[in-house]
Amino acid sequence: MADQETAAPGGHDHDHHPTGWRRWLFSTNHKDIGTMYIVLSMVGALVGGAMSFMIRLELMDPGIQFNLFGAGEEAAYFQFYNVLVTGHAFIMVFFVVMPAMMGGFGNWFVPLMIGAPDMAFPRMNNISFWLLASALVLLLVAAFTQGGPGTGWTVYPPLSSAEFHPGPAVDLGILSLHLAGASSVLGAINMITTIFNMRAPGMTIHRMPLFCWSILVTAFLLLMAMPVLAGGLTMLLTDRNFGTAFFEPSGGGDPVLWQHIFWFFGHPEVYIIILPGFGIVSQVVSTFSRKPIFGYLGMAYAMVFIGFVGFAVWAHHMYTTGLDADTRAYFVSASLVIAVPTGVKIFSWLATMWGGSISFRVPMMFACGFIFLFVMGGVTGVALANAGMDIAFHDTYFVVAHFHYVMAIAGVFAMFAGFYYWIGKMCGRQYPRVLARIHFWSFFIGVNVLFFPQHFSGMAGMPRRIPDYPDNYAGWNYVSSIGAFITTASTLLFFFIVWRTLSAGEKVPANPWGEGAKTLEWTVESPAPFHTFEELPDMTDKQAAE
Amino acid sequence: MIQRLITLAPMTALLIFGATGNAFAGGRSEPWQMGFQPAGSPVMERITEFHNLVLVIEVSIVALVLGLMCYIIVRFNAKANPVPSKTTHNTLLEVVWTVVPLLILIVVAVPSLKLLYYSDRVENTEMTLKVTGNQWFWSYTYPDHGGFEFDSVIVPDDELKAGQPRLLTVDNEVVLPAETNIRLLFTSADVIHNWGVPSLGLKLDTVAGRISETWVRINKKGNYYGMCSELCGVNHGFMPIHIKAVSKADFAQWVETANKEFARTGGPAPVRVAETEARERDD
Repeated sequence: MADQETAAPGGHDHDHHPTGWRRWLFSTNHKDIGTMYIVLSMVGALVGGAMSFMIRLELMDPGIQFNLFGAGEEAAYFQFYNVLVTGHAFIMVFFVVMPAMMGGFGNWFVPLMIGAPDMAFPRMNNISFWLLASALVLLLVAAFTQGGPGTGWTVYPPLSSAEFHPGPAVDLGILSLHLAGASSVLGAINMITTIFNMRAPGMTIHRMPLFCWSILVTAFLLLMAMPVLAGGLTMLLTDRNFGTAFFEPSGGGDPVLWQHIFWFFGHPEVYIIILPGFGIVSQVVSTFSRKPIFGYLGMAYAMVFIGFVGFAVWAHHMYTTGLDADTRAYFVSASLVIAVPTGVKIFSWLATMWGGSISFRVPMMFACGFIFLFVMGGVTGVALANAGMDIAFHDTYFVVAHFHYVMAIAGVFAMFAGFYYWIGKMCGRQYPRVLARIHFWSFFIGVNVLFFPQHFSGMAGMPRRIPDYPDNYAGWNYVSSIGAFITTASTLLFFFIVWRTLSAGEKVPANPWGEGAKTLEWTVESPAPFHTFEELPDMTDKQAAE
Repeated sequence: MIQRLITLAPMTALLIFGATGNAFAGGRSEPWQMGFQPAGSPVMERITEFHNLVLVIEVSIVALVLGLMCYIIVRFNAKANPVPSKTTHNTLLEVVWTVVPLLILIVVAVPSLKLLYYSDRVENTEMTLKVTGNQWFWSYTYPDHGGFEFDSVIVPDDELKAGQPRLLTVDNEVVLPAETNIRLLFTSADVIHNWGVPSLGLKLDTVAGRISETWVRINKKGNYYGMCSELCGVNHGFMPIHIKAVSKADFAQWVETANKEFARTGGPAPVRVAETEARERDD
């Protein structure tokens, strides 16, 4: 998005930075690295989105639609289908949402919002990005190696063991996740250090914008969850290659141990995905309501609380593994509690809007869409938290509908809100308004047509991760696939909008949003100069910058 | 949301009346079905009942938030309200929206935990069925009826007879007596599978090296269908479950024939592990 032009007009001509490919490969600039993360996320979105579109094409009608491998090669095709399911999840989680939120917006705007000249460890920032880019390459290689990993993103052994997935595909996938995990941990250390040590004078932690709070909490979650995943992955790797038997029953190991390890990472992971979205939505809602955020401290500590409790609810993903009833009873209670801080957040956003003078610009439309989708997915989450009832939902499309609403689609809406909110600051040009509105409405309608019927399929008992289904499930699957067509068209429109913005968008002033935009990034010119805050802004006497 | 409200009426009707008909007309999904399959066991009846409570709460919360948002959009847009208020705190309001959700959660948690322990508890069972997951079929063992065992494999599309549902029909259905408390044991011969039968409120993983336990009581005679509910490899979508629930007398009769049909060739002598391994080595 940014290119050489970002060597700002007005006063910053003395900036020296490498040009051409050196500028990007060797970059230590938080804005350039942020831009690269966003580009990586867009590439990931195209690949991961294409995978999900292929899944929906296959499921549009009963029967096998697109056996690419020819008659008699059903097994190869079903393995390919499982690889699509696996790849879609991995790519969307690790290579779309996380790079866009933490890497992209986090890198770009945390230093700008706290008044810091750059990240604390600029070179580590560089290696974080390139580790992630390498991880994506490894994952794509894995997908095309000897059938690919058809394990689902949960990689449950024994299916992921050497016996049932021989060949290097799963090993490559594990190495890819190791790299992505290392990238995340380094990025998290960078964010925490930056936020703790590099706030401008007077920018106390309780004056920090909520987006920075959300990134701070997310960074701690990454720091604590990723090493657990790495440990589990290493055990799986040695099980597969070096004869250990951590998850191998015949050697005294236990496949369920993997599930505990995986979900101890996996549940915080879903908050890692959605928390930065909370932050973005808070900034956007406050800006366009022209009001400070309602209940700032409650909002900040609700995220902290969600982060803590997020580490104590992992087994609600495992209600049907045969856990003891008392264990399940604990996890029911703990999981239900999460509804309280998330409720606080929802009501605080509404209270921020209440009494406001709201201009419904495109970022605000996406923020409102986020709130609706998050509530939709949240209430089905309350249903799923109940172990007794989860028997009816577990592994059905109801779960697919739930987590796409609450995490995936809500997360993407937050990403779009952030994109339209900050694109002017990032590239100096504004998005085309009418097209962006069409993008919002088509995307909103598309995802609802896509995912709402999956509640019905799921309640009627349709399992996840199957390439074909009994004929009676045909109706809602067809509707769902229609939704996929709308969503895909809308996504392509988004890429067109990106191109139009970069090539023909109108020039943006420092603050295009008016008096509601009070955070520090709106005090620097647009596009943000290569170096900002070489003299630290003094926030001592200012109002809290929430 | 509107969609959800429209669906609510027929869904609830289906849930309430579906389970009370005379002959059990359920056991698998219907076209365009929106709710649960009709309940065929006491556990599923309770799940359905509990879900009716939770659904009301879900719809109310979504309606509340959506209603507030619509009001805000109309009342507080820049044209209608040019001067924003400065309110950023209201202690009472913040306490209320923390405490009220907590109370609602307690309303949910109490019946939820009751349901959990009810569905987990093994009542005085009259018989046991052991289910073993395999790539990609089910094996059923009847330890209380002579210990015969058989495999239940999907019937491919081109061999279906008229009226047999595609992807749900197996060569040997598992026959169980209705109105009987049955203990179910689960294990796996290879990867993790999951024996899920929606209309009976059953879903439990089969894990190699473990034996998990639950129970079922099938209310009425009839056919009950399910599918594997844990990704288990390439043919995950093609290992259906078909339970045929019959009267106790019919079941006793079936056991007799099954004992002959599925008798282990070479008599019921226990398998000697060492010999098996030696044989495998020779192969």
